[in-house]
Amino acid sequence: MTALALPSQPAAPAAGARRIDRATAEPAWVRLALIGLALAFLTTFLFVPLAAVFYEALRKGVVVYARAITEPDALAAVRLTLLAAAISVPLNLVFGVAAAWAIAKFEFRGKNVLVTLIDLPFSVSPVIAGLIYVLVFGLQGWLGETLRDHDLKVIFAVPGIVLATVFVTFPFVARELIPLMQAQGVEEEEAAVVLGARGWQVLWRVTLPNVKWGLLYGVILCNARAMGEFGAVSVVSGHIRGMTNTLPLHVEILYNEYQFAAAFAAASLLALLALVTLALKAWVERRFSH
Amino acid sequence: MPLLLRRHSVLPGFGLALGFTLLYLSLVVLIPLSAAFLKTASLTWGAFTAEVTAPRVLASYRLTFGASFLAASINAVAGLLVAWVLVRYRFPGKRLVDALVDLPFALPTAVAGIALAAVYSTNGWIGRLFVPLDVKIAFTPLGVLVALTFIGLPFVVRTVQPVLEDLEPELEEAAATLGAGRLQTFARVVFPTVLPALLTGFALAFARAIGEYGSVIFIAGNMPMVSEITPLLIITKLEQYDYAGATALAVVMLLVSFALLLLINLLQWWTRRRRAAA
Amino acid sequence: MSIEVRNVTRRFGSFAALEDVSLEVCTGELLALLGPSGSGKTTLLRVIAGLETVDSGQVLFHGEDATTQHVRERRVGFVFQHYALFRHLSIFENVAFGLRVRPRSRRPPEAEIRRRVHELLALVQLDWLADRYPHQLSGGQRQRIALARALAVEPRVLLLDEPFGALDAKVRQELRRWLRRLHDEMHITSVFVTHDQDEALEVSDRVVVMNEGRIQQVGTPQEVYDQPANAFVYRFLGNVNLFHGRVQEGRALIGGDSVAVPAHGDTPAGAALAFARPHDIEVLRPRAGAQGIAARVEHVLALGSLVRVDLRPDAGNEVIHAELSREDARGLALAAGERVLVRPREVRVFAA
Repeated sequence: MTALALPSQPAAPAAGARRIDRATAEPAWVRLALIGLALAFLTTFLFVPLAAVFYEALRKGVVVYARAITEPDALAAVRLTLLAAAISVPLNLVFGVAAAWAIAKFEFRGKNVLVTLIDLPFSVSPVIAGLIYVLVFGLQGWLGETLRDHDLKVIFAVPGIVLATVFVTFPFVARELIPLMQAQGVEEEEAAVVLGARGWQVLWRVTLPNVKWGLLYGVILCNARAMGEFGAVSVVSGHIRGMTNTLPLHVEILYNEYQFAAAFAAASLLALLALVTLALKAWVERRFSH
Repeated sequence: MPLLLRRHSVLPGFGLALGFTLLYLSLVVLIPLSAAFLKTASLTWGAFTAEVTAPRVLASYRLTFGASFLAASINAVAGLLVAWVLVRYRFPGKRLVDALVDLPFALPTAVAGIALAAVYSTNGWIGRLFVPLDVKIAFTPLGVLVALTFIGLPFVVRTVQPVLEDLEPELEEAAATLGAGRLQTFARVVFPTVLPALLTGFALAFARAIGEYGSVIFIAGNMPMVSEITPLLIITKLEQYDYAGATALAVVMLLVSFALLLLINLLQWWTRRRRAAA
Repeated sequence: MSIEVRNVTRRFGSFAALEDVSLEVCTGELLALLGPSGSGKTTLLRVIAGLETVDSGQVLFHGEDATTQHVRERRVGFVFQHYALFRHLSIFENVAFGLRVRPRSRRPPEAEIRRRVHELLALVQLDWLADRYPHQLSGGQRQRIALARALAVEPRVLLLDEPFGALDAKVRQELRRWLRRLHDEMHITSVFVTHDQDEALEVSDRVVVMNEGRIQQVGTPQEVYDQPANAFVYRFLGNVNLFHGRVQEGRALIGGDSVAVPAHGDTPAGAALAFARPHDIEVLRPRAGAQGIAARVEHVLALGSLVRVDLRPDAGNEVIHAELSREDARGLALAAGERVLVRPREVRVFAA
């Protein structure tokens, strides 16, 4: 969507013709200098650290790498990470569709406030996101005693990890869908109703097919954040190996124990996930723009 | 619900969709967030101010807000440059570079943290280059700046880029026919047009940076009074079971975040108005 | 299928979109709702469809109260202004939509759906586009597909919102003749909204002229054009010249001229507004004894079969527009700056 809209460049000058720069183009040396500067900045801050992850992961050889990502604690961490994403992404997907339907297709008072509130989790520090769940579900928290009496554990257990993940990924799908569905108006939905379609039929047959790329886009971003969340999950997890460790937390523990090769091996899995996410995102953006 | 007056529509499901939205929003976001404010209310005003103005806490504010502001400023300049280059010029590998700009969004912060620590430590690929200058980056406040610059980068690029793409070439051509040079055209025509978006990107990067935790703690060194950020201080207090202290700090951070959110909304409204008027 | 609207009022906040509107649509007729934007014509159409509720009043279908009936149950065909074709569905599936969403018990078998859809596509002469998608079609083609889709559910009435509004002039012309022929074949009760008086007059059996939420006049195209009920209708239906004058003993006195207004003996004597269409303006060379409004030719423009002349009267500021036939214009051989006399052949007067 972004890279494709290039301003048309002047055609190559015919041999012997004197080149006249377009009035609104910079001289070639300025162009080259700016491109060089931008790439140098991106290299020091993005590309080198990314390369370092894979370099450090494989520095001790493929065998060490393979062992690091197949040890039981690593596998348990992968499983928990997948579980947290598998719960939080569908929940936030359903929420995103419901919120976008109410906000984009109907007029009601207080709508702008609602849209702002939906964005709220993005402006809350992940550490605070974890903290507020400790305040509600922790031993000292509102529901602490009730939970203990029923022998239920939320904080320092899997439910807490899932809740924290749901919180930090809360707005992703909704904020993709709301502007998209607003832009599409209600005429097609009204046409469907006039032709006899009922509630779910309108949603399934008209609305969702029209926003499927935006939906997918939101899900991809939501999933990446769900699998990669560190701060919020760190507060509520309790770091119990093999039990309440997600993959990012597993990376931290290994790193703090100076098992650098193993830490970077686990990190490389997450970096791969990030690269796949970016590739999918670029692909969806290109489909989207047609 | 008298607040929610609505106009008639033949489309179904308004009550169900809005009801579910409000319920889910309350359960996941609003009620837990209110817990932080209610918990703080149990402190006396004196105890609260003592908590949030202790010397170690003040030092953490200075670092968190100072480094965030600097990082967002670096991002404003570099982000505008990157956006300009991506929109205006062709070069090999451009599509790849464009996609990788979002890396800080997609890369888990813990991974970013250990990678930056490895690269910017004294024996890392880049940190090594600064040893002769007697400059240490990792495990100093400078490391915090590096991490916050990393995570804030996409915000400026992605808010400025669409505005630059929408910029009509006629505007710059008109400036050229009126005798303006390229630099004048940029300063007087292009820059004012992208300014609202640039400020929005700056504010987004700043807001993200002050709450950042994962990418910072690995590279910061976390020395009290020197390289300890406020979110880390919250966790430290929490691990010492000082819930009231942790929550008091969280409330200060939340209030700052909400103020920034308001500011960002105003900036975005300004941006939209500018673009609609163009 | 007849439709009756009884005393319908609809307000949006303080804005009255419809104010005590009553209207009867006869079985099988093609009715035009004509008015400027904001006149309430689209709201009235949406009220008939059931897309909009009423604050008070009733809508009856074939004598039965349908006011509270859901749009789904009303069995109306609705053609949206911008067509509202489902962009993710092929043309075939667009037309089939209304059949496919029926409850299983009433849904026709697949073979029947195919037959019906192809029949409709043939009716709108676009069978060959069945596998295309909406964005691959021209505006006129989309319009016809929207009509086929609306007809697929065998509606009792057909409602069209600005059906030709988004098309260019030539396509509009063709499509409105085609719609008229289609209606003559099918005889389905139809109502369409338009702001274009030519369109309303050319296509419809009867015209409803609306303004500011109220119906101004209902009649055949001939009636509303020749006997407009009030100044608004007169002005809205075509170009018009306005004269300020007086009415006295069945004559209108305008700028030193007097014209007989026999049909308006009921207009009270006194100040009045007199309207004359450009083609009812006569232009004369000044001769001794000739009566008329003294004016100067400002501009002469030949437009196809007509010659348009702008005339500035000696008294008053408003330019008078006249349309002459080519022959008359040739006989007069007018040129800018020449002095002439202007006489309205026929005027309509309304009390000022």
